[in-house]
Amino acid sequence: MNRTTIDLWVGIFVAMGLAALVFLSFQVANLTGGTSGETYTLVARFDDLGGLKVKAPVKSSGVVVGRVADVSFDNNTFQAIVKFKVEQRYQFPLDTSAKILTSGLLGDQYIGLLPGGDPDNLKDGDSIELTQGAIVLENLISKFLFNATTSGDGKDKEKGKDTKAAATADEFEE
Amino acid sequence: MSNDNVVEIEDLSFSYSSGRQVLSKINLRIPRGQVVGIMGQSGCGKTTLLRMIGGALKPSQGDVRVFGRSLRDMGQEQIYALRRRMSMLFQFGALFTDMSSFDNVAFQMREHTRLEEPMIRDLALMKLHAVGLRGAAHLMPSELSGGMARRVALARAIALDPELMMYDEPFAGLDPISLSVIGQLIRKLNDALGATSIIVTHDIQESLKIVDYIYFVADGRVIAEGSAEEVKASLEPYVHQFVWGEADGPVPFHYPAADYVADLLRGTRA
Amino acid sequence: MTQPTSFAFLRALGARTINAVWRLGFATRFLLATVRHTPAAFRRLPLTMREIYFAGVLSLTIILVSGLFVGMVLGLQGYDTLARFGSSEALGVLVALSLVRELGPVVAALLFASRAGSAITAEIGLMKATEQLDAMEMMAVDPVARVIAPRFWGGVISMPLLGALFTATGILGGYVVGVVMIGVDVGQFWSQMQAAVDFREDVMNGMIKSFVFGIAVTWIAVFEGYEAPPTAEGVSGATTRTVVTSALVILALDFVMTAFMFHGVR
Repeated sequence: MNRTTIDLWVGIFVAMGLAALVFLSFQVANLTGGTSGETYTLVARFDDLGGLKVKAPVKSSGVVVGRVADVSFDNNTFQAIVKFKVEQRYQFPLDTSAKILTSGLLGDQYIGLLPGGDPDNLKDGDSIELTQGAIVLENLISKFLFNATTSGDGKDKEKGKDTKAAATADEFEE
Repeated sequence: MSNDNVVEIEDLSFSYSSGRQVLSKINLRIPRGQVVGIMGQSGCGKTTLLRMIGGALKPSQGDVRVFGRSLRDMGQEQIYALRRRMSMLFQFGALFTDMSSFDNVAFQMREHTRLEEPMIRDLALMKLHAVGLRGAAHLMPSELSGGMARRVALARAIALDPELMMYDEPFAGLDPISLSVIGQLIRKLNDALGATSIIVTHDIQESLKIVDYIYFVADGRVIAEGSAEEVKASLEPYVHQFVWGEADGPVPFHYPAADYVADLLRGTRA
Repeated sequence: MTQPTSFAFLRALGARTINAVWRLGFATRFLLATVRHTPAAFRRLPLTMREIYFAGVLSLTIILVSGLFVGMVLGLQGYDTLARFGSSEALGVLVALSLVRELGPVVAALLFASRAGSAITAEIGLMKATEQLDAMEMMAVDPVARVIAPRFWGGVISMPLLGALFTATGILGGYVVGVVMIGVDVGQFWSQMQAAVDFREDVMNGMIKSFVFGIAVTWIAVFEGYEAPPTAEGVSGATTRTVVTSALVILALDFVMTAFMFHGVR
């Protein structure tokens, strides 16, 4: 076994291994060149977290712009406090709203940011005022049942239908 | 104590951790420049003695002094330094099977010296030439016959010109020609290098041709010693049985057993 | 009648447990001695390179072929199950996550233990049986530095590379079966996979697993070889023990690491 032959094969082996690793990182996983991670933190309070977890994505228009960093409970207002990081390159207006949405029909939950029209942007540490908590499936079903069994006048029925439609629309948002 | 003893063993006792007492109060002296044989039955502790001289085993009691220094409290570094001055030829050569004969001989030179490759090449070839195998330098150990392998191992052992050579059963399993060759090489190299040699063996005939002094070890003790002539002429029962290869004597022919007649009769009664 | 038997059994069990614990302590000291000789192993780079060749390069065939087949089977079985729920586009996710998180590191390590681990044990055991290690000691060369340490690092370096290669080949195998043969949408296959597989959570954790397995398997292999009784039965017993012990340790470590790594994400 020639020494140079061994060196050659070891070199090929290591190169193959590294190539596999590169393949796994970029083609299989979502490693992009630019996730250098300059982020700023925003805070939002929700009535109901649903299934939102730490590291859940924060999306706007379907694109991931950040991650949930911390979840805690405010014992005074009895709301959930969510701190999340947004990438530095994405700036959002002061009147941006945050909703907890579900990915697909029964998927993971994430935060959706809907930008407002304010000329000024949110800065590090700012709080998002307009929030909507998660649609909990049980509440949705009980609401549906409640409206279905309510034999009120047409106005109630309409109101019920609208609430249902709005809720279902939100539920299917990506 | 005479200062010209390369090895001095004083009241040496050794037992394995399993409790088996292998050596009991052994006293040995190996003077400089001599070829000394240590003989005895298999399992009498001869190889253990060699390992203790090499620092691989520590005595339970007593002392081993090599080159005037006691091995009792030596640390690993000091033992390694000591081993650079001695060499051991193992029973079947113990050549490194993943390298050629040449690389085996050059091993110690490459590990312990900073000599240039051309110089190492010359030295290794010289050592191989001394044992008559310079032409086989490129062969792998698996391609060598038993006798050749042992000779290459010998060349490897003398690579750094040791002052003390130890041989563990160098004659075991060799054909008559190789036997004679190895025997002559041991004596010639010892004298040429100005070294001292210890041969552990039970080949009495070959040893008597080349040794200056012999120790007989049995049951962990030295039971006889003397020069080659003294041993040949000895009437001591054990030595006599050993030298002349008698089937029965102090070392019994029959393994301890019950009475013969009683043993046979027991079979019929059942 | 049962009393003496159960006593003997308990005594034997106790003896074996104490023996196992003692052996573990001995093995740990051995590992520390091996690691202490690391600088020497890398100063003599050709030695270690040679061991990377014997442990890594020579394992390539079995790793790549097995990886391919495992990936292909995942593709088949995965499609069969997912199609039942109408989610066959998630095939890429299933194949990738299974391989990256679990099958890649674990199966590659098991194969490595069988091929390279047993070879290392046999080689070292044989060197011990033919007194080569003793001869080296008598020549004032520490066999742990010259024989054991290079083999240890050869294995530790090879294992993560082999794990990555197994995983990559497996995913390609899943692709071939799922997209090329069955007809799952190629875009969905890769895009859903990329969305689901996270570099830090999945790929890195998988590589960490491979690395830990490499240390464990190679440690077991060199230790069993070094401690093998110097006889034919001794060496063969040691080789078997390497494979069996490695398999158990790999699976146990996998559980422990998975519990730490993945419980937080899901």
